[in-house]
Amino acid sequence: MSDIVIATRGLSRCFGDFVAVDNLSMNIPANTVHGFLGPNGSGKTTAIRMMCGLLDPSEGEVEVLGMQVPAQAAIVRRSVGYMTQRFSMYEDMTVEQNLHFLCRIHGLNASERRNRVTEVMAEYRLGDLSSRAAGPLSGGQKRRLALAGAVLTRPKLLILDEPTSEVDPNTRREMWESFFRIAATGTSILVSTHLMDEAERCHALTIMNQGRKVADGTVADLKTSLNATVVIVSGPDVASITPQFNAAEEVLAAAQSGNELRVILHNDVAQPEQFAQGVAGEQYRAALTDATIEDVFVVVTSEGERD
Amino acid sequence: MLASLKRMLAVFMKEIIQLKNDRLTFAMVVVIPLIQLLLFGYTINTDVRDVPIALVDEAGTSFSRQFIHDLEATQVIRVAAQLAVPDEAAQAVTDGDYSAGLIIPADIERRFYAEAGEPLAQLVVDGSDTVMASALKALAGFPFSPGEVVANQARQGTLAVTLLYNPEQRAALFTVPGLLGVILTMTMTMFTAIAIVRERERGNMELLIATPVKPLELMVGKLVPYMVIGMVQVAIILLLGHWLFDVTVVGSYLLLAFSCLVFVFANLGLGLLISTRAPNQLGAMQMFIFFFLPSILLSGFMFPFVAMPQVAQWLAEVLPMTHFLRVVRGIVLRDAPLTAVSGDLLFLGGFFLLTLGLSLLGFRQKLD
Ligand SMILES: Nc1ncnc2c1ncn2[C@@H]1O[C@H](COP(=O)(O)OP(=O)(O)O)[C@@H](O)[C@H]1O
Ligand SMILES: [Mg+2]
Repeated sequence: MSDIVIATRGLSRCFGDFVAVDNLSMNIPANTVHGFLGPNGSGKTTAIRMMCGLLDPSEGEVEVLGMQVPAQAAIVRRSVGYMTQRFSMYEDMTVEQNLHFLCRIHGLNASERRNRVTEVMAEYRLGDLSSRAAGPLSGGQKRRLALAGAVLTRPKLLILDEPTSEVDPNTRREMWESFFRIAATGTSILVSTHLMDEAERCHALTIMNQGRKVADGTVADLKTSLNATVVIVSGPDVASITPQFNAAEEVLAAAQSGNELRVILHNDVAQPEQFAQGVAGEQYRAALTDATIEDVFVVVTSEGERD
Repeated sequence: MLASLKRMLAVFMKEIIQLKNDRLTFAMVVVIPLIQLLLFGYTINTDVRDVPIALVDEAGTSFSRQFIHDLEATQVIRVAAQLAVPDEAAQAVTDGDYSAGLIIPADIERRFYAEAGEPLAQLVVDGSDTVMASALKALAGFPFSPGEVVANQARQGTLAVTLLYNPEQRAALFTVPGLLGVILTMTMTMFTAIAIVRERERGNMELLIATPVKPLELMVGKLVPYMVIGMVQVAIILLLGHWLFDVTVVGSYLLLAFSCLVFVFANLGLGLLISTRAPNQLGAMQMFIFFFLPSILLSGFMFPFVAMPQVAQWLAEVLPMTHFLRVVRGIVLRDAPLTAVSGDLLFLGGFFLLTLGLSLLGFRQKLD
């Protein structure tokens, strides 16, 4: 059991008639950075809250670090660091006071506490902010503080709910580097995101849409097992040919980026380049390209919508 | 156990930090007792004028008539009826027909010139209205000098006032202990009523319940700072009461402090209960006021408890303030011993345990 840190089976949660998480089964192996990818409202936060024991499932089971949640949530909480999507530290307390409070709650003694707080403040560049109130900090600063709070007790499992929202690109890169540093020390990470480039960096992904899991696996597996091929069409005015592509049955999706049109075709199209060329016309060039997680996402979510 | 204490301490210190940062709340701790004490303490000393009294003049001389005339000239009393015998006057007061009865003995003139300094007449006062009673009581020192005698030889202690129902009666003595109850109810319940619902509203609860802290630890950690504040308020009120209104505690200070502590806990428990049930801070405030108004109106702070309708009395019996007022007035005014107030103290202690228990039941470590 020790190689699976989070396991859910048939996990569902309703709010009234609305099904926020629908029959979710997933396994997250230890020592990985596992992405939880899905658009806003796809049920990521709700699923995460059930994993942390903050919401009771309507149906299904959750096991975290080999223990049943919510039954053993009290014990599980000691080994899990949780970073909430909404900033949840005390806005009227300083950075340092917030961190000390969390250390105390976790029972660190005075010297451990001082050392650890100094350590994480250095690691997440909070030193200069230590005596500033948390409330007026910028979005990125708040995120760094929240992350520092989550890793304070060196948890075995980190659950991060959209840790990089409202964060500038530099801080985002910095935070992802720290995720991998933390993972290297033997901590497993579940990180939710709606950003494709972040998903691309994960070891493995669970992709959510409208409360349901639509795909999961390692990033490489997801790409290779995609039931589609991707063709790039370039030429003078790709906007004008986009409607033709969208109208074609064989086309799963077509989206412009710059002067190119990215066309995702059904796998059963035998010669995708020629097909695309045919639709586009003489002035355009079509070339095969590798699938990205975004392509995977587009395909699996559109499949979901057809059911 | 030790870990549990540490977590309580963590919550306790967090609350202290937040209180220190929250100037408004911090100021309220001191300013509310101050303002209320000044407001209520001084308004009870308003002038009392033209209180209707029944007169029994057994002398019927020009001396007694001048005495009555001079007494009326103070504008405090107005003779509304003449009765024949002293018993009639006392009965009239008992029946509530008149607020007081003035009884002038046949030998008033002899008493005036006697060496012993006997009182000249007697004023029998209905003591249930404290404001009026204290004004009439002040007539005891009314200086009377009939025209015939040497000028400037005013005589003190003209009138022996007998308060039938509360001989020790002084308004401040009655009001200041009552204010202790009002102020503690107001601040203690109000502060804790928002204590938990505020964390929910601000999103801190999601962080807090994902930590190993347990509900009881959270509640105790949150209560203790307010308990300290409550006792500071008690000290402020008693000191100011003594200093401004000359209220001295007749009974045991230790018993008084203990009673206040029990009452503080009762209010904190109620506040927590509100906080675990309220949907948001506004809702918590509304629930608080729903409870606070009857506390003021029914507890005997505003109106005499025994004069209330039976149903109101039953209602009042479930309010901690009713019991606390009995205890605190007993100790401050009558030197009541522990045995005399233990019943009310037990109620307050039970009230705390009940509300704390219900709060713990109502507080789930969940977001919904
Ligand atoms: N407490 C709640 N009550 C009612 N609906 C909720 C509640 N929490 C979440 N939802 C709904 O559940 C859906 C999934 O939300 P959420 O889990 O926050 O998605 P995500 O984190 O992927 O953006 C949304 O449509 C949201 O409105
Ligand atoms: Mg979310």
